[in-house]
Amino acid sequence: MVASPRMDRTAPPPVKQEATRAAYGRALEALGHQRTDLVVLDADLSGSTKTRVFAKSFPDRFFNIGVAEMNMAGYAAGLALSGKLVYCSSFAMFAAGKAWEPIRQSIAITNANVKIVASHAGLTVGEDGASHQMLEDLALMRVLPNMRVIVPADSRQTEAAVAAIAEIDGPCYMRVSRAATPILQDLPSFELGRADVVRDGEDIALITCGVEVAECMKAADLLAEQGIDALVLNAATIKPLDDVTVAHVAQRCGRVMTVEEHQIIGGLGEAVASSLAQSGVAVPLRLHGMKGEFGQTGPAKNLLDHYCLDAAGIAAEVQSWLAS
Amino acid sequence: MSPTTSTCPTALRESIAQLEARSNRMRRDVIRMVHAAACGHPAGPLGMAEMMSVLYFHEMAVDPTQPAHPMRDRFILSNGHCCAALYSTLARRGFFPAKDLAQFRKFGSHFQGHPHLGALPGIEMSTGSLGTGVSVAGGMALAAKVDGSPARIYAVTSDGESQEGQPWENATAAAHYGLGNLTLLLDWNGIQIDGRTEDVMNPGDIGAKYAAFGWQVIEVDGHEIQGLIDALAEARADESRPTLLACRTTIGKGVSYMEDIPDFHGMAPNDEQAIQALRELGDVSPEDLNHEKPAHWTE
Repeated sequence: MVASPRMDRTAPPPVKQEATRAAYGRALEALGHQRTDLVVLDADLSGSTKTRVFAKSFPDRFFNIGVAEMNMAGYAAGLALSGKLVYCSSFAMFAAGKAWEPIRQSIAITNANVKIVASHAGLTVGEDGASHQMLEDLALMRVLPNMRVIVPADSRQTEAAVAAIAEIDGPCYMRVSRAATPILQDLPSFELGRADVVRDGEDIALITCGVEVAECMKAADLLAEQGIDALVLNAATIKPLDDVTVAHVAQRCGRVMTVEEHQIIGGLGEAVASSLAQSGVAVPLRLHGMKGEFGQTGPAKNLLDHYCLDAAGIAAEVQSWLAS
Repeated sequence: MSPTTSTCPTALRESIAQLEARSNRMRRDVIRMVHAAACGHPAGPLGMAEMMSVLYFHEMAVDPTQPAHPMRDRFILSNGHCCAALYSTLARRGFFPAKDLAQFRKFGSHFQGHPHLGALPGIEMSTGSLGTGVSVAGGMALAAKVDGSPARIYAVTSDGESQEGQPWENATAAAHYGLGNLTLLLDWNGIQIDGRTEDVMNPGDIGAKYAAFGWQVIEVDGHEIQGLIDALAEARADESRPTLLACRTTIGKGVSYMEDIPDFHGMAPNDEQAIQALRELGDVSPEDLNHEKPAHWTE
C-alpha cells in the first residue's frame, strides 16, 4: 500500500458537489448499455433512488415492485437465479431493514447475483427524521454470509463501484446518500476490498467511509492548524475489510478513530476494531458515530453538527481525546 | 448448456394408475424418511403426494439428466418444511438415488430439514421461512417472461403460509405483471403447527382472496388426480394471469391415525406408528424399520 501524496491546498479549486445516488443512476444507465442481462427493480422510490434514469432508457428491463420491499428481495432472487444481473433499490431503511429476512433467506443463502443499492442512508437523509434515518444497515448486512458491503465516498467512486460490483458473481450491498457531498480530488478509483489513504498523516488515523470521508478531510485540515497530523483512510469496502491497510495505518499513526454516520455497534467501527484485534495491532481506538440513539428531524447539516459528525465535530472529538 | 445443443426437457404425462402408484410410493418414502430421522414433518407431505406426483410425472417439463437446462420448468416448495415430499419426488424422478432418502435430516447429508439450493440436483430454491418461496417464484416467472422463455414456474404454498404478508405482496405483483406462466398450488388442509388454522388465525377463503387479487383460481380436490391434471391444463391455457390451484387436502392422507390430526404436523411417528403406517400403505416389509437397507427404497 502506497500512501497518496498530500493534496495541494495552496489554490483550492471550487468544490463540486453531487449526491452519490445521482452517480448511481447515471452509472446504472451506462451499465445497461453494456449488460443486456441487467434488470433493475425499485420499490416506488425510483425518482429518489435514481433508478428512474435506467428505467427511462430501458423500460423493458425495469420493474417497479411497488411498496413491497420483501417481495422486491424475492423477485430479485428469482430473477438472479434465472440468470439475470439484478440491481434493486429503495431507501436503506426499507431495502435493508424491512427486507432483511428475505435477503437472508433468498439472496444470501443462495449466493444470488443481486446488488442491493440502498439510498437515503444515515443521518444525511435529514428532515425525514428518525424513522427514515437508517443507522443500522451496515450492521445488518455485514453479518450475512456471502454479502459484500460497500460505502463509496463520492459520486466518482460510486460510478466506479457500480461497474465493479457487476463483475462479482454474488450479492453486494451498497449504500448511497441523499445529500450532495463534495467530489473529492485525487480519489483513487474503486476496487472491492481495498481501502485508500486519501490523506497521509502520522498522529492519528481517521478510518471512515461514505459522506464522512469529505468531513474527515476537512477535519484533518482543522486539526493541522492545531498541529495534529491526521491520516484519513477511506474504507469504501466495509466487507471484506482491507485488514492489511487498516493495520498499516494504525501502526503508522499509533492511534485510530473510526468515523461513520451509523451506530458504532455493528458498523465500520466494530469492523475496524475486530480487524485490528485479530491482526494483533494494539493501539488506542475510539469509535465515533451514533452512540446508541436514534436521530431526529432537521437539515443534514444541522444533524451532522449536532452529533459531532461534521468536520468541526470530528476535529473536536479528536482534540478532546488527545487532551484527555 | 444451451437449448440448441440439447434436447428440451419434456413432461412425462404418466397415466392415472401410474400417478396413483407414484403417490403411494411417496407416502411410504415419507414415513421411512421421517421415522429414520426421528424428527420432521410427516403429515403435510402425505397430503401433498398427489399434487407432487402430478406435477413431476405429468405436468412439468424437467429432465434429471439436464437439471440446469434453461428451458426447464421450475418448482419451488414454499412450504419448505414439507420437503420429505420434494426429496422423494426428485429421487423417484431420477435426480438422485432413492436409497439416499434414508439420509434425511442426518448430519453431513444433503437432505437438510428444509430445501437448500445446491445441496441436491433438482432443488430450485432454498425455502423454509414461510412467505419467501412464492415471492421468488414470482421473480422466476418474471425472468421467463422477460426472456420469452416457455419455462413455467410452479410452487406449492399453504394455508398457514398465507398468514404471512409476503405472499400477498407477490399476489399483487404477479397479477400486475400478468405472470400467466406462474401457477401456485395451495395445500389447503386447514392445519398448522399450533392447531386448526381457523382457530390459530383464520385465513378465510384464500381462494377468494387470490381471485380478488386478479388471479385465475381453480378449486380442486388435492387428492383427485384427474382433477389436478385438468386444472393444471386450465392454468396453462390462461396466459394473461397467474393461477392458484386451491387444492383441498387432508393432512396425513393415507395413514388413518394421522389424517386431519394437527399433532403430526411436526412430529415423527414412533416405531409402532411407523409399522402401522407402512402396513396401511402396503409396504412389503412394514415391520423392518432398518431404513438403511437399500431394498426398502427399491422394491
